Amino acid sequence: MRLEILNSGYSAGTRALFMVIRLFSGQPVPDAARLVFYRPDFYGTLAKKFTHETMRGPSAWSVGDRELMAAYVSKMNESAFCIRAHTATASQAYQDGAKVQAVLADLESAPIEEPLRATLRMLGKLTAEGTLTAEDMREVLSAGVSPQQVEDALAVCVAFNTTGRLADAFGFEILSPEGFEAGAKYLLKRGYR
Amino acid sequence: MPAEDKKRAAHRALVDRLLNGEGRASAEQRACAFGNDGLSPPLSVLINKVAVRPAEVTDADFASAKAAGFSEDELFELVVCAAVGESARLYKAGLVALAEAGGGEEPG
Repeated sequence: MRLEILNSGYSAGTRALFMVIRLFSGQPVPDAARLVFYRPDFYGTLAKKFTHETMRGPSAWSVGDRELMAAYVSKMNESAFCIRAHTATASQAYQDGAKVQAVLADLESAPIEEPLRATLRMLGKLTAEGTLTAEDMREVLSAGVSPQQVEDALAVCVAFNTTGRLADAFGFEILSPEGFEAGAKYLLKRGYR
Repeated sequence: MPAEDKKRAAHRALVDRLLNGEGRASAEQRACAFGNDGLSPPLSVLINKVAVRPAEVTDADFASAKAAGFSEDELFELVVCAAVGESARLYKAGLVALAEAGGGEEPG
């Protein structure tokens, strides 16, 4: 990463934990995970709490839907690390990588339900333009999305607009395909805590 | 507490900690980075990229900020504030649009 403290500024205990993770997973600890271990009292602890509640807390959206939203928002931001990480996680969650690829290639023709399509369209506009109108929201609601689902989707958008910016700014290392698959498996088993 | 309130509360706690908790950068600097406003070059160049076009951040942006006297821990904090700040503005814009469409409460 671009700051040396994020590469080597960890306590002995944290470094030992990274070694254990590497031993059991067979993969290096992703920079996204390393970041939240750096001075966790500043960012990591509360960021993990918000992200876990958003991605794994109660919601009418499935885990796969929320991971797809994370991938879609990351694509809008051209955040290379997060696109790969959440494409892998959404694909594993749905057990359908083709659906995820179709959404990322062309939202309008992808084989998904209209409420999810309308929600992704709204998240894409918010991410790209930084603003939404009431009419934008009425279109989502009229597609059959509940207000609470909109709120839940907005929280996903916020979480991954944050993580994507940090990934790009700090320069997260792009993992191997096996590394992203291992990360996705971990996120589906343990979440973001 | 309803689930949606737990999400908003968790986000508010994060923002409050970044802006009002202890840090290596001053609270004023963190607030400026969060708002992407009121900073001078070269730090403002880095922070604006984080907020607006993060894929364009380069090693040189960090090198310039360090050469201007900012420590790595200060830059860590200020970049985090910039990323969370921009995302917080998106959150507010989305929640306001939802409320105006009659679907939710205005953000606090």
